Amino acid sequence: MTESLAITKLSDLANPTRFLALAARILPWMAAVTASLFAIGLYLSFATEGDYQQGQTVRIMYVHVPAAWLSMMCYSVMALSAIGTLVWRHPLADVSHKAAAPLGAAFTLIALATGSLWGRPMWGTWWVWDARLTSVFVLFLMYLGLIALNRAMDDPSKAARVSAVLILVGFVNIPIIKFSVDWWNTLHQPASVIRLDGPTIDGEFLWPLLVMAIAFTLLFFTLHIAAMRNEIWRRRVAAQRRLAARAAGREA
Amino acid sequence: MTALLLRDLKLSVRAGGGALIGVLFFMTVVAVIPFGVGPDLNLLSRIGPAIVWIGALLSALLGLDRLFQTDREDGSLDLLLMQEHPLVLTVLLKCLAHWLGNGLPLVIASPLLGLFMNMSEMAIGATMLTLLVGTPALTFIGAVGAAVAVALPRGGLLVSILVLPLAIPVLIFGVSASYAAVEDPAPFMPPFLILVAITMFFAVLGPLGAALALRNASD
Amino acid sequence: MRLTADGLAARRGEDLIFKDVSFDLRTGESLVLTGRNGSGKSTLLRVVAGLLRPESGRVEWYSESAESGMRAAEACHYLGHRNAMKAELSVAENLAFWKNFFGDVKGGHGLPVYEAAELVGLGSIVHLPFGYLSAGQQRRMAFAKLLVAYRPVWILDEATAALDVNAEGVFTTLINAHLSEGGILLAATHQPLGLENARELRMTGFAGVGEGTW
Repeated sequence: MTESLAITKLSDLANPTRFLALAARILPWMAAVTASLFAIGLYLSFATEGDYQQGQTVRIMYVHVPAAWLSMMCYSVMALSAIGTLVWRHPLADVSHKAAAPLGAAFTLIALATGSLWGRPMWGTWWVWDARLTSVFVLFLMYLGLIALNRAMDDPSKAARVSAVLILVGFVNIPIIKFSVDWWNTLHQPASVIRLDGPTIDGEFLWPLLVMAIAFTLLFFTLHIAAMRNEIWRRRVAAQRRLAARAAGREA
Repeated sequence: MTALLLRDLKLSVRAGGGALIGVLFFMTVVAVIPFGVGPDLNLLSRIGPAIVWIGALLSALLGLDRLFQTDREDGSLDLLLMQEHPLVLTVLLKCLAHWLGNGLPLVIASPLLGLFMNMSEMAIGATMLTLLVGTPALTFIGAVGAAVAVALPRGGLLVSILVLPLAIPVLIFGVSASYAAVEDPAPFMPPFLILVAITMFFAVLGPLGAALALRNASD
Repeated sequence: MRLTADGLAARRGEDLIFKDVSFDLRTGESLVLTGRNGSGKSTLLRVVAGLLRPESGRVEWYSESAESGMRAAEACHYLGHRNAMKAELSVAENLAFWKNFFGDVKGGHGLPVYEAAELVGLGSIVHLPFGYLSAGQQRRMAFAKLLVAYRPVWILDEATAALDVNAEGVFTTLINAHLSEGGILLAATHQPLGLENARELRMTGFAGVGEGTW
């Protein structure tokens, strides 16, 4: 009787079967809203005039900034799920952070790639070891490491607990990494650091950026729910197959 | 015989396979170098080819101890040894599959790391080419180490210690060919051709040595 | 067809584990090795399978259809303690690989993968990953490996350990079928395999320290 009533209620509400039913109902709506937001956002992005300094490349920002934002938000979602795994041992939490890792890696990759595409004409090189870029790259490596860990372990619930520990250690470590990378870069290269600040954002750029950010966030949640649904299905298929193996043993 | 190649390839890309981890290790090793030497782009572009090569060498070693170990653990190795295909050919195919699953991804990932090291297009191309030619030699040399250490409980570290000294020539000619492509006076072809020769030489010697070691190591 | 061993001796570490073991098996004959743990049954089987070098003596294989100079090991199927199957691959992939890799020795043909699985009573689950199967099922599938490619000699090392009566019956039937088709069987076992007119070789273990070397 140590579990509080609220938590029992919550976990009742969030059992995989109910989750599947809920996902089936809301996924089409979310997909539709996401698609229309993207339509508006992309229209706005291309309808605005190019920056007089950066030219057309400024449009990369409309993809780059939301992706970078999501790369961080996704890790927070994973950290929350990891707490869910370790504290409440909830199976949906396991599924949640496992499903989020590849999404986080994908958005981080988009952020890195678009940043690199933008950096080439602006800075004259594909990559600089700027503090901010570097921390995002480290984040990318952490995502890949988590994916590799999940793939390497057979038992999904054990894999979930172990990777939850790693996620939380990583989450605590992110500020330290960020701080040390800042310190590292300014120590070595004080003068030539290229800052991303740029001109203060004009309203003309703000609106498309905002719409795109919301569209990307919704896209993330749509994909996340879809990925969780797929993961649940995958586990059910695995369970069925194990069952089939047992049954074959008995009849023979 | 292609069945063996296909099986090993399948195993390397299925869950728990080494292909992803090798590339990840490669990226991580190369990515931490700037933290050690500082973010100076000129310096990085100068040492870039060497760093990428060393990273590739270390990651190639990483998965090598599993080359025969997994087959030994589940008893497959016994059955592979019993067939007269001959054994050298079996080992050669296992090496090829291992290279396709673990070495080739490193070669493919290398241009990306070249960008991180601020290398010029020419240097990136040259490094990729030398890696493509040189990493098979690492696998072939490593096969001997893996076969020698197959029966040992903690063979992994030992394989690295055994193989690293033997792999030095590959590193020397791989890196010097990469540099020769960007630095003008040195010609590219001589070190590159020597690298090709080393790979072809070890393509014969490696499987022979590994087959011999496997015959003697079985218990 | 004839499998002969002449004056075999083998060592484990520095100790001679047996010496002067000879036998002569012809078409349809079987030899069962008995003896307590550590008496050298497995070692003898591995020597015959060519996986261990004998200290002295030789194993030879004669057959009308065999090319001259063929090693005895090439005419053998060896089923050891481990199953030699990959947990990551499906049963069908595993069996198909071994069928392809083994190939058939002259004088017979292996069964298709599905039929072999059907014969060990597990035809319905060949599509599952091998790792999903229970220990007993895995053992049966490892046995099915002997059926997918033809080898006149079967070497079984404790093949029926950890199996229920049902599965043991399946194995015995398959072994008898192999023998009646002119195969040869060499098996180490604790339990009686239920074979008619099998010869028995009692292994006693420890034949002394390998003198002569030192």
